[in-house]
Amino acid sequence: MTTVTAPVSRPTLSPASWSEQLAFVLMVGVLLVAPVFLYPLFVMKALCFAMFACAFNLLIGYGGLVSFGHALYFGWASYVTAHLAKVGTVSLPYWLGAWHWLVIPLPPLSPELAILAGTATAAALGLIAGALAIRRQGIYFAMITLALAQMMYLVAVQAKFTGGEDGIQAVPRGTMFRVFDLSNQMTMYFVVAAIFLGVFLLIYRIIHSPFGEVLKAIRENEPRAVSLGYKTDRYKLMAFVLSATLAGVAGSTKAIVLQIASLTDVNWPMSGEVVLMTLLGGMGTVFGPVVGAAVIIGMQDNLAQVGQWVTVIQGGIFVVCVVLFRRGIVGEIARLLRIRL
Amino acid sequence: MFEIFGVPSQVLFGQLLLGLINGSFYALLSLGLAVIFGMLNIINFSHGAQYMMGAFVAFLLLQQLELNYWLALVIAPIIVGFFGILIERLFLQWLYKLDHLYGLLLTFGLALVIEGVFRNYFGSAGLPYRVPESLQGGRNLGFMFLPNYRAWVIFFSLAVCLSTWFVIERTRLGAYLRAATENPTLVRAFGINVPRMITLTYGFGVGLAALAGVMAAPIYNVSPQMGAELIIVVFAVVVIGGMGSIMGAIVTGFGLGIVEGLTKVFFPEASNTVIFVIMALVLLVRPAGLFGRASA
Repeated sequence: MTTVTAPVSRPTLSPASWSEQLAFVLMVGVLLVAPVFLYPLFVMKALCFAMFACAFNLLIGYGGLVSFGHALYFGWASYVTAHLAKVGTVSLPYWLGAWHWLVIPLPPLSPELAILAGTATAAALGLIAGALAIRRQGIYFAMITLALAQMMYLVAVQAKFTGGEDGIQAVPRGTMFRVFDLSNQMTMYFVVAAIFLGVFLLIYRIIHSPFGEVLKAIRENEPRAVSLGYKTDRYKLMAFVLSATLAGVAGSTKAIVLQIASLTDVNWPMSGEVVLMTLLGGMGTVFGPVVGAAVIIGMQDNLAQVGQWVTVIQGGIFVVCVVLFRRGIVGEIARLLRIRL
Repeated sequence: MFEIFGVPSQVLFGQLLLGLINGSFYALLSLGLAVIFGMLNIINFSHGAQYMMGAFVAFLLLQQLELNYWLALVIAPIIVGFFGILIERLFLQWLYKLDHLYGLLLTFGLALVIEGVFRNYFGSAGLPYRVPESLQGGRNLGFMFLPNYRAWVIFFSLAVCLSTWFVIERTRLGAYLRAATENPTLVRAFGINVPRMITLTYGFGVGLAALAGVMAAPIYNVSPQMGAELIIVVFAVVVIGGMGSIMGAIVTGFGLGIVEGLTKVFFPEASNTVIFVIMALVLLVRPAGLFGRASA
């Protein structure tokens, strides 16, 4: 009698391919020399949005979950960080203005604590929104995330601490870990570059972990993953919270770098913009969102003189990408060269 | 004048009326979304932009050609509907075999383009559109003042919604539509031109949005961004109602309009978020939506 035993082994995790390693080295090289050729502030802005797009890609590219409300985590993390770095004192609840149940007197926080608090806020919001949104699939998931983001946008409009149309301006950059004086542009630049690389590598690790493999399996065939005994809802929620949290890192860092948090960051066009960056760069590719973010931010900067037409151009890119170019820039390169990126 | 729960009747019924007006637009727009989703399996993100186009076409017809409201009510949906058909032929028809996600992304991009173009030519400020002469004024009902135009909007949108329901649920044409939604291949085998039906359905759905736009023009100002925020609320309405049922879309639309109006009276701070809160509650209690089927 023969007994058939299933091979008990962890799925072999392919190490980073040579093409990915090469691209990573190239990216770090570009990061090192970029401030020489480009405005550091511009590169930092691009890096913040690249983090945002990478976080979004984790959800759409690997989890197959289309969130149309990621501005919620980016924008609210940005507001919380800006408020804590500038004012400090927290009065709850924020939105009813006139009466507070709870006032926590705090001095203005150092940038690292402010970023941490902003990120934690994004994580908490992601947990709530994610728990609601994963109750429906596909197109409804997108609509729910969009609607929840719109709700929190309206809360931001009404809340006192967000400063309404003006936003929170002149956020001090402060001194990180009591060592790095962020008012120095180059110090700020390398701190942002380090945060970016940290987020990038973390996402790479998540994608290639057993968790990431299950996530991809759920994207490909959810009923099958369920039949194999995976609690797919937990995986999806986890992916959602991770994505929201990392979007929060991006938003918080942006608040410190650009020293402003405003309604633009929480409004729906921002959610659309991050979708566009990911789509243009290549959904489900590791480097795609970075390229997409760089292209879109570069375009916005260079096309500032055409003003309103930027929206039209962005919409046009959307249409072209969806109809002709669904793999995105990096996806197409990877396909042509038959490499993994 | 009398009071209900400490609120003057004028205020209460005034807000209720406003709620019903908003509800008419929610119902018309979510109806169009449901019809389009049923046939094309696409969430039409440019629905808000097409609603805005309807209002602008009415505005331009009056300003450039001096064609009045009643003609605009017929012409604008046709023009915008043809524009929709063009979009379907040019772009959407290539996406049916792909993931639903791409339809959403494409129509989102189109909405950005349409709204951007209108903003460039007309600016962001609202343009006024006057109420047609035959519907100016109003009547005093004793407990409130009812402007004629608003009464007309509620009556007419209800009529349009119910006739759409009738056509889809009770006629031969509707039966074809429903059959093609269930199994397009089989319906084609019966000799019915399903691709053309899909194209016309999209045109009709877009026309409905434009019709809502024309009706909205005299109430709200005509502006390029009038559709963008509305469509997000309508998405929430669609999540609450579920897109499986036409009548469900109509009832949910009007119902949520009324709830919103009442919130404006009793808890004004929450009036613009109440629909989203209801959406969250419905998701907790009945994830499939009030009228949705569990599988959706």
